[in-house]
Amino acid sequence: MGNILVVAEHFKGKLRKASLNAIGAAQQVKARAGGEVVALVLGKGTAAVTQEVASRGVAKVLEADADALASPLAETYAQVIAQAVQASGATYVVAAATNFGKDILPRVAGKLGAGLASDIVGLAGEGANVLFKRPMWAGNAIATVEVATPVKVVTIRPTDFPEAVPSGSAPVEKLAVDPTSPKTKFLQFQEVKSERPELTEASVVVAGGRGTKGDFKPIEALADLLGAAIGASRAVVDAGWQPNDMQVGQTGKVVAPKLYIAAGISGAIQHLAGMKGSKTIVAINKDPEAPIFQVADYGLVADLFKALPELTEEIRKVKG
Amino acid sequence: MKILVTVKRVEDYESKIKVKADGSWIETAGVNYKSNPFDDIAVEEALRLKAAHGGEVVVVSAGGPAATTELRQMLATGADRAVLVKHEGFLDSDTAARLLVKVVEKEKPDLVLMGKQAVDLDDNQAGQLVAEYLGWGQVTFASKLESLESDAEKKGVPGVQLSPDKKAAQVWREVDGGLEQLEVQLPAVITCDLRLVKQLRYAKLPDIMKAKKKPIEELAAASLGVDLTPKVKVVRVEPPPARQAGIKVPDVPTLVDKLKNEAKVL
Ligand SMILES: Cc1cc2nc3c(=O)[nH]c(=O)nc-3n(C[C@H](O)[C@H](O)[C@H](O)COP(=O)(O)OP(=O)(O)OC[C@H]3O[C@@H](n4cnc5c(N)ncnc54)[C@H](O)[C@@H]3O)c2cc1C
Repeated sequence: MGNILVVAEHFKGKLRKASLNAIGAAQQVKARAGGEVVALVLGKGTAAVTQEVASRGVAKVLEADADALASPLAETYAQVIAQAVQASGATYVVAAATNFGKDILPRVAGKLGAGLASDIVGLAGEGANVLFKRPMWAGNAIATVEVATPVKVVTIRPTDFPEAVPSGSAPVEKLAVDPTSPKTKFLQFQEVKSERPELTEASVVVAGGRGTKGDFKPIEALADLLGAAIGASRAVVDAGWQPNDMQVGQTGKVVAPKLYIAAGISGAIQHLAGMKGSKTIVAINKDPEAPIFQVADYGLVADLFKALPELTEEIRKVKG
Repeated sequence: MKILVTVKRVEDYESKIKVKADGSWIETAGVNYKSNPFDDIAVEEALRLKAAHGGEVVVVSAGGPAATTELRQMLATGADRAVLVKHEGFLDSDTAARLLVKVVEKEKPDLVLMGKQAVDLDDNQAGQLVAEYLGWGQVTFASKLESLESDAEKKGVPGVQLSPDKKAAQVWREVDGGLEQLEVQLPAVITCDLRLVKQLRYAKLPDIMKAKKKPIEELAAASLGVDLTPKVKVVRVEPPPARQAGIKVPDVPTLVDKLKNEAKVL
């Protein structure tokens, strides 16, 4: 019986919340296939993240803390992850389907001669025969796939797995690493700084589309009142009105907040693919035929420049 | 500069996709096929690089004979040559990657440009696998710093910046929390995201006529020494869970009332 290796991802010294969902997914695999959940923390200066991961119901944490891992380059990270798979006796490798996971995990699968099921939204099959469910064609279909190799690699869609809850305090083992020098070099990072919650972690998202004509002020005012993150359609990001990191959809971020407010977004399938798992969806659009209304719990046919300020005012009143 | 670009024939993203009643696959009758939109971006970037630095652009597809349509279209927009790795039926991303590796080994390009994902399987792994199998560096989700409304974009300046000796490339890529710039030694694999390119070029009629005469080299997948058994098998396909139909509200006060008292999200 093999173990389950979870790759923990961190940013600026903090564990990414999506990794808690990855541990949650690993625990589901364990409940079906047995084995132990082992976490891998890799990077430079990983002590705090390692401590946090150790307290989330895993059996052991492997820690690879090295200068060579200062930036997450797929070539070096994949080597270390493959090494950790051997060291932990893992037959499942799990990471979140963030840009980090999508970049690196295929190379891990390639090194291990393993199949990779990307962006899984659930487990299928019976008992120890674990199959995976994943969206295809922009979520127009959900496939059940079998990874037919001894080692199975998956990236998980964070919104579809529970977060691992605090539990226990796992032992930490250092993993000595010496990856070969990569053919890529990190040059610089242009961070999108925002005082608002992270889009994928927020419980409320207010999103704007081309209908805003680039004026996000009414969206920002509502987001500020609700403590919400701001999201955008591709049209908005392509126009340069909002940074790429705000794009919700098939090829952007997948979100599932408690409340998603879409204003001036038509509701193309590629956009819906990133938000239709939200608990409550509100759509504001002046076109009564806009497809967004087909997924909205509450639709308001209106001009967003009138409706959003009014909505902000009304909510301010009821919130007192 | 020799650039190899991959092109997959996929269901048109504007087509209505429906799951077959027996759950074996999707209905293909009445569905339009097109080149994968991310591959269109890769081809455009390759043509921009060729315009700036000279060289050759070779387009490659793995799939059935129908994929010659997409390859011809790329020849008409400016690609120099095309290779079709012929295979009927399902190819998982890993098998496709291993077939492409064989073509790369034969063609020895300086750069492989691919779409970041194909919009049928939405796998987002073939490019990374090609890089891994070749032992090359990779830059996934290639983008650029300038906006798609910038002058540079209007002039068709490539986002991939080559070093003066053409032995390395500097590329911006979309990552969680912003954009990062990497430098990668060539040859390398670069996978393209939406904001690498805005305006695709379209083929002119004379070029379409000329492209009809350009040869498409055909290689049988089974002859390349690659095990064609998929590592990831599709067992079943089902429609996504439907969302319950909602309601239209007449005005903002009603909306707020519903959000507070019915959905309880305020
Ligand atoms: C390969 C590929 C990947 C893609 N990935 C994504 C993705 O990840 N995410 C994504 O979002 N899209 C994606 N798209 C694009 C997608 O197909 C749509 O083009 C896009 O979502 C449209 O954005 P929009 O709704 O803002 O704009 P539009 O479709 O132009 O809609 C604008 C809407 O605003 C309404 N409107 C206008 N003015 C007002 C007003 N004053 N008040 C109220 N309403 C108003 C209009 O009625 C209209 O419904 C992708 C496309 C492709 C080909």
